[in-house]
Amino acid sequence: MYSCFADVERLCAERGIEPVQLFVENEMRLTGRTEREVYDRMDARLTIMEDAANRALSGPLGSVGGLIDGLAQAQWRYAQGARTLCGAFLNRVMARALSCSEVNASMGRICAAPTAGSCGILPAVLLTMQEQYALPRRSVLDALLTASGFGAVVMKNATVAGAEGGCQAECGVAGAMAAAAAVQLRGGSLAQMLSAFSLVLVNCMGLVCDPVAGLVQVPCAQRNASQAVGALLAADMALSGQLFPIPADQVVEAMARVGRQLPIELKETAQGGIAATRRGREIAREILHRERA
Amino acid sequence: MELSLFDVVGPVMIGPSSSHTAGAARLARVARQIAGDFVRVSFGLHGSFAKTGWGHGTDRALVAGALGLTERDERLRDSFEMAKAAGLEYDFYTADLDVPHENAVKMTFFSADGGRLDVVGASLGGGRIVITRIGEYPAEVTADAPTLVIVQKDRKGMVSQVSQILAAHDINIGVMRLSRTARGEVACCVIETDGELPDGVLGEVRSVPGVLSARSVSV
Repeated sequence: MYSCFADVERLCAERGIEPVQLFVENEMRLTGRTEREVYDRMDARLTIMEDAANRALSGPLGSVGGLIDGLAQAQWRYAQGARTLCGAFLNRVMARALSCSEVNASMGRICAAPTAGSCGILPAVLLTMQEQYALPRRSVLDALLTASGFGAVVMKNATVAGAEGGCQAECGVAGAMAAAAAVQLRGGSLAQMLSAFSLVLVNCMGLVCDPVAGLVQVPCAQRNASQAVGALLAADMALSGQLFPIPADQVVEAMARVGRQLPIELKETAQGGIAATRRGREIAREILHRERA
Repeated sequence: MELSLFDVVGPVMIGPSSSHTAGAARLARVARQIAGDFVRVSFGLHGSFAKTGWGHGTDRALVAGALGLTERDERLRDSFEMAKAAGLEYDFYTADLDVPHENAVKMTFFSADGGRLDVVGASLGGGRIVITRIGEYPAEVTADAPTLVIVQKDRKGMVSQVSQILAAHDINIGVMRLSRTARGEVACCVIETDGELPDGVLGEVRSVPGVLSARSVSV
């Protein structure tokens, strides 16, 4: 069986199979579910993701503190205009990531991927690619299962908790998972998936977790949007043929090590980074005062 | 790989926090099933639950769980209003609990006849929980599987009688834990089973001489 990416590469090469088959077979062995049951279960999660990725596009939902209310709608409207720098596609990706974050912040239903704070990244990438390229649902499910398999390797060998590894471990890993999924959806190889996965982690290595007022809003929502875009940039780099020179297992190891080196102030405690700015602390006091009033 | 894909993409939950919102709802829903009938519940918030719970809806999630709502039910945010309509009283206070967990809560359930039961539990992250104390008994209930919680007189043959009932219903026991109080007269037995308990099993367990109470916790 496998416990690291080197194992995944070896097993897929030996058997001439795609990683998704390896991951689904492992799931069947582990849980006793049939292939159909595994796909149906993931299908239900994809439906939750679709709802969260689209719900806030039409208007704000109202969250505690309200720091990110309306961001998704504004980004979605902007995406339809002619003035974007990055085009409609990337702007729609960002809008959907923001929508998930808004749903999460307003006590709506989301699917953690791999955490609640990073729940917008996979849906934004997968669903906007599905829309852009008219992909069948089965392909999107395969990509989601592949992303999950990649995430499992990180959870086993490192961490996906912001309190342990900072934002690089949460939104960073979500972006890395999404990058691998995006490469698969474009027909790339496992080597390219691993390269894209590594590139995302490398490009945000050391990113801290510094939520203003301790709320999962700022800068979490913005980082969902940026990591979703970062996943697509990494996928494009990998698909162009760029194979990152450091193996994915070692990149994950480096991410985990950097996470351990981060001081506690920069790991979800709202004591550092953006949370500890003068305005960040003011916002925290204002919200606390309002909520307790 | 011993991790499920659904532990990576999942759980499906009400935001914003798997530990402070989903875990809190799950803790109270599991505790509710152990407590039985009650008219008032008091929540003692410990550690991060007390410090940052307000921004994560921990209070609403706990009340939702006490009402029996799951961590994926969108009515969770309306739980205060639902409790009022249902006539359930609740209150919160800051507690300093003797637990090795950052996110923990002491839930005291008051029944109409004046009875009370303290249940202590912790949220472990990712929506996973553990109940660490039921009344005066140390416990370890994760509710990952259907669970039977039995309070019984601590004497020979009790465990075998209960397991015979389960075997007769073709229910496989996954884990069984027995804990005693210092006095050693009464014990708390927690049994995780591989499948949901069929109707009637609980009644049979309760009729075993020496069983003081039996409750089932569904996943």
